[in-house]
Amino acid sequence: MIKLGVPSKGRLMEKTFQWFDKRGITLSRTGSDREYAGAVEGIDGVALVLLSAGEMPRELAAGRIHLGATGTDLVHEKLPLWEQQVEPMAEMGFGHADLVLAVPQAWIDVDLTDDLDAAAAAFRAAHGFRLRIATKYHRLVRDFLREAGVADYALVDSQGATEGTVANETAEAIADITSSGDTLRANHLKILSDGLILASQATLWRSRVAEVTDADRGVLATLLDRLGAD
Amino acid sequence: MTQARQRAYALRDSFVAAGAQAVEPPILQPADLLLDLYGEDIRARAYVTSDALRGEQMLRPDFTVPVVQMHMANGAEPARYTYAGEVFRRQEEDPDRANEFLQVGYEVFDRTDPAAADAEVFALIADAVSTLSLRAATGDIGVLMAAVDGLDTSERRKAALRRHIWRPRRFRALLDRFSGRSEMPETRANLLANKLTSTAPLTGLRSQSEIDARIAALHADSAEPPLSGAQMDSLDALLNVRETLPFALAQMHTLCVDLPAIRPAVKRIDARAEALSARGVDVDNLEFEASFGRTSMEYYDGFVFGFYAEQRPDLPPIASGGRYDALTRRLGAGQEIPAVGAVIRPGLLVGLEAMP
Repeated sequence: MIKLGVPSKGRLMEKTFQWFDKRGITLSRTGSDREYAGAVEGIDGVALVLLSAGEMPRELAAGRIHLGATGTDLVHEKLPLWEQQVEPMAEMGFGHADLVLAVPQAWIDVDLTDDLDAAAAAFRAAHGFRLRIATKYHRLVRDFLREAGVADYALVDSQGATEGTVANETAEAIADITSSGDTLRANHLKILSDGLILASQATLWRSRVAEVTDADRGVLATLLDRLGAD
Repeated sequence: MTQARQRAYALRDSFVAAGAQAVEPPILQPADLLLDLYGEDIRARAYVTSDALRGEQMLRPDFTVPVVQMHMANGAEPARYTYAGEVFRRQEEDPDRANEFLQVGYEVFDRTDPAAADAEVFALIADAVSTLSLRAATGDIGVLMAAVDGLDTSERRKAALRRHIWRPRRFRALLDRFSGRSEMPETRANLLANKLTSTAPLTGLRSQSEIDARIAALHADSAEPPLSGAQMDSLDALLNVRETLPFALAQMHTLCVDLPAIRPAVKRIDARAEALSARGVDVDNLEFEASFGRTSMEYYDGFVFGFYAEQRPDLPPIASGGRYDALTRRLGAGQEIPAVGAVIRPGLLVGLEAMP
């Protein structure tokens, strides 16, 4: 049986269902609204597994599902050496969100990571601690800042309402997911011109480690063919 | 006891026999005070935890900083220390790398003869890893710092360059900007032409006066003449020195003509070469690379070295070390003492010895 992981609620689930539907495969939730069980019509040998989008990378990496739909950002952040564990099969064209580095709009002297670095050096000298960047994407942000050669910063963990941390004075800058930029603007923040850390969208991933029987192999090939993702 | 641990204790005992005092810094270290001293690479990978009584604590990511702190607080001079134990570093990229491993180290605090102390540490470590045929690489961060200090430019520009000696790409970008080789970004040109304004309220801790100060600094910088082509060429030549030590020294002596500020640092390398030779190190075949240590060894500011297994380029250095006078200055509250030290990873050593 090929196990297909799909986000278990919200717009991401609906959009994923629609994406499969357009390709002749009907996914549906069964039972009550609170029960995470589902059905697949239009192809045999595929089972639906409803999961939170955040758990998808781990389930793929553990080989408990063969295919899974979730954002690029989550896979890149949660799976070290992700290329060895999963393979992107199709970009699904929704769930667009960019992980960006943003600072207060009033910082007219800061537009590039180069400026941020200089501001961080001066900030540390003036305040006695490093310029704080609030995020939940520690690994992605750290890799990005290392590549960009930014120093004298410290990442502070923020699992929600990250845009508010600057006004609350628990951080000086943020790195967070945005789709329209509205929340950033509402919080008087702006994205650095070279501050795009990752452009993410919902993507169908194949686990490289999930066990595949001979029968599964045929089903998987047919499924990917139908999805136009082979 | 595992083989790696046996080797760790045996090496520590051999360092005690060489005159060092064995010390054992606690595994839990105060995080707020010490974490800031590490470069980003180690700092970001420290395991930090907290308790209500002592505040933020970290699992020691190395021994050097706690040993320096201990020495600066109550050590008598001169001093030699050795230690063996686990260090802890988060591995976020490669699950095959250990997040807990053994280190054995040797640290010398002695102001009488820095060249002799450098040679003492290098020779002792070279001997300790001599069961394997490793490639030794050496360098000197001090000569790069001296070259920056001697540039014919403003103190602000020198400070920016000094700060990024450990980040070669940013260092290069700064040099390109200061020498006029790269164009000014459009937004900065607009800022300097007073074309940028914002009506947004200022949020956060960074104040308007800090923003104004940076804009004033950018104006001052744009009024400065570019670094001369001759100085840039000499600096490039210095950064590219990669030879066996005698040839590298010959090249650097030649560069002293155009970069006279590096002369004292180069003379220190002369003295070190003699001291190494006196310790029986084959300096004629010892590699010297001016850029060595620039990406990974942030608190070192003089002699730097590492021992690498050439058949296993995927492994970190089996042993590495260097001089860190500036660290003693930061931890010593006004005092400082020349210090040099190195660590060996006995786990890697034992693993490589077992390879066919």
